[in-house]
Amino acid sequence: MDFADSPEEAAFRTRLHDWLADHNPGLPSSSTSDDYWAGQAAWHHSLFDAGFFGMSWPRDIGGQEMPSVFDAILDEELAAAGAPPRPSLGYLVQGILEHGTEDIRRRFLPGIVNGRDRWCQGFSEPDAGSDLASLRTHADLDGHEYVISGHKVWTSYSDVADWCLVLARTDHDVPRHKGLSAFAVPMDQPGIERRPLKMINGMTSEFGEVLFDGARTSVSNMIGAPGEGWRLAMTVVSHEREPGELGYVARYRKTVSELLATVRPNPGAHGPDQLRDLAWAVIETEMLRRHVSRRLSDRLDGISHGPEGSVDKLLMTRVEQAVGHAALSIVGAGHLDDGGSSLETYLYSRAQSVMGGTSQIQRNLVATRILGLPTS
Amino acid sequence: MDVRFSAEQQALRDAARRLAEDLAPQTVRDLDDTERTAKLDAAVTAAGWRELRAATEVGDPWASGVEVAVIAEQLGRRLADTAFVGPTLAAELRRAAGAPATMTAETVVLTPDLGTFATTVAGQVPAGAVAIDVAGASSALVLMEANGGWSLASVAMGEPARHVDLTRPVAAPSSPATLVDGQTTGIDAAALDRATALGLAVCCADLVGSMQGAVELSTEYAAERKQYGRPVGTFQSVQHLLADALVATEGSRSLALHAAWVVDALAPADALTAAATAKSYAARAAREVCETAIQVHGGIGNTWECLAHVYLRRALLSTDVLGGVDASLARVLDAHLGGPDGLR
Repeated sequence: MDFADSPEEAAFRTRLHDWLADHNPGLPSSSTSDDYWAGQAAWHHSLFDAGFFGMSWPRDIGGQEMPSVFDAILDEELAAAGAPPRPSLGYLVQGILEHGTEDIRRRFLPGIVNGRDRWCQGFSEPDAGSDLASLRTHADLDGHEYVISGHKVWTSYSDVADWCLVLARTDHDVPRHKGLSAFAVPMDQPGIERRPLKMINGMTSEFGEVLFDGARTSVSNMIGAPGEGWRLAMTVVSHEREPGELGYVARYRKTVSELLATVRPNPGAHGPDQLRDLAWAVIETEMLRRHVSRRLSDRLDGISHGPEGSVDKLLMTRVEQAVGHAALSIVGAGHLDDGGSSLETYLYSRAQSVMGGTSQIQRNLVATRILGLPTS
Repeated sequence: MDVRFSAEQQALRDAARRLAEDLAPQTVRDLDDTERTAKLDAAVTAAGWRELRAATEVGDPWASGVEVAVIAEQLGRRLADTAFVGPTLAAELRRAAGAPATMTAETVVLTPDLGTFATTVAGQVPAGAVAIDVAGASSALVLMEANGGWSLASVAMGEPARHVDLTRPVAAPSSPATLVDGQTTGIDAAALDRATALGLAVCCADLVGSMQGAVELSTEYAAERKQYGRPVGTFQSVQHLLADALVATEGSRSLALHAAWVVDALAPADALTAAATAKSYAARAAREVCETAIQVHGGIGNTWECLAHVYLRRALLSTDVLGGVDASLARVLDAHLGGPDGLR
């Protein structure tokens, strides 16, 4: 058991460290603000061009085909340099990799990995949140196209997306999740209306809702077989629950470093409760870092993406919300200057216990799938 | 980076697991079964697990902090009522002092709050000092200031008592401290930091084991105990308590693994910070998890005969040894606010 870098890992870390010295775009503290999103595409291109993106993905889609641990090193060095986190696209890439045909993979994955195409994920609906299988958006075959109608909501990055991964009902005669299929749907067409949603922290560049009214996509854009949509969705959300996949450790460590820098010149100016909140933010973030190391090491045995993802999601949520509380505690809400990034960070952290499956759903999964508690 | 256990570490874990499953108490009544505790003690003695931090011919420990932690976790999981953390720390201190290994079982004396190693002044041990983990031990080590560092001295102990932890008795020192023979080097601050990091790492592993055991005990109970005509484990309110307990255990495990590794892999001051980080997290988590175990057991959980409180009591002792939540938080803050480099 060894937490230290191998020689290859150390060499990669050095190369990355040197590159970051010249290429840190100096975006604001985290992906919890609109300013980050304004510069995110350029940052994605920059990382990709230098060979620092998609570390564990196959070469033929633009990845580096290296062990997953290199993603963890990437996250550590981004955080140490105060650079923005890497774009979180792993769940999309893994979903298409696992369920798409060769044709689908070849057409869509390189553009996702190199940052040419931006995607959003059309799963949730106003009446289908935790109960995703009850969704009502439907796709009906019309010649060589599917015609899609329905209402998707809480869709991240829908306002800038070129494509949407849509989960829609294609068979009304089978129960719930069995009648769902997945599609890549081009966003720039008359049958689609996008409406940005303002999040509670005021940012408008993440959330949106998408109305499909006779939107069209080619039959060849179905990902997986008809009726395989639920399985693809489960692949996607299981990756969405893994902090190693998401790269969020970098985001949390960056915020914690900034809070430490705020307090360090005069710790005595802060009360015991503030310092306690800060200490817990440090400790929780360290926990996630070590936890990711553990999970990525387990992958060397081929173990991944089981119900343990729900444990990881719950741990990650606790970390993000502890960091959010520390930001609120140390910097304060800022009543005259609208709070700035600390208030944004804190308010954004409340979404972590909802997105990608609520904490309540994750606890159900941990209790029944890992602990084996009976359901009736 | 590859934090999987090696084949040897897996074999050690499996051996410790089997030993604990065979010989550790299954019920509260078992705690008074002296025949069983004698067998358990003999088995651990035969395995040589308490001497892993003693010096080899070249002066290194026989095994790293990882191996020690692997054993501690399995002992904690089954509430093994045999000495481990105390003798392990005694061996660590002897090695640090260049003192020969002892033929008799030995442990260490801590300050009254168990927060640090006890220090003797002119042979007198401060009032209230506590020898921990005294089962089978005939003496305990204290530190004696010498030349800007410390030497080792030894005390006899009074009757073992089980106040908090029913599985690992403590005792009061009962004699003046006498210098340990044959010490070749003083213990400096760095060596003491490393010994403290080791102690914290062992306690973190024991806490993880206790949490794991408490979750297993409660999950089994929740699946069997029926109310309203169905197992209480079918109710989401109970399921979520246990899910949170498992999550807290797994987070603690990740930090405890790291703490075990740092003991021999990082500079002592950094090892101590990492160990304190793990201890804060695991100690906070362990109280929550063990309280959950009592809650899930309901009325039965509040009776002496239920093992749930034995887990909580063991966790309370592990928590205090070499610094509990508050002391560990203070260590973490000092490390991160004192230096210029931020979060490293």
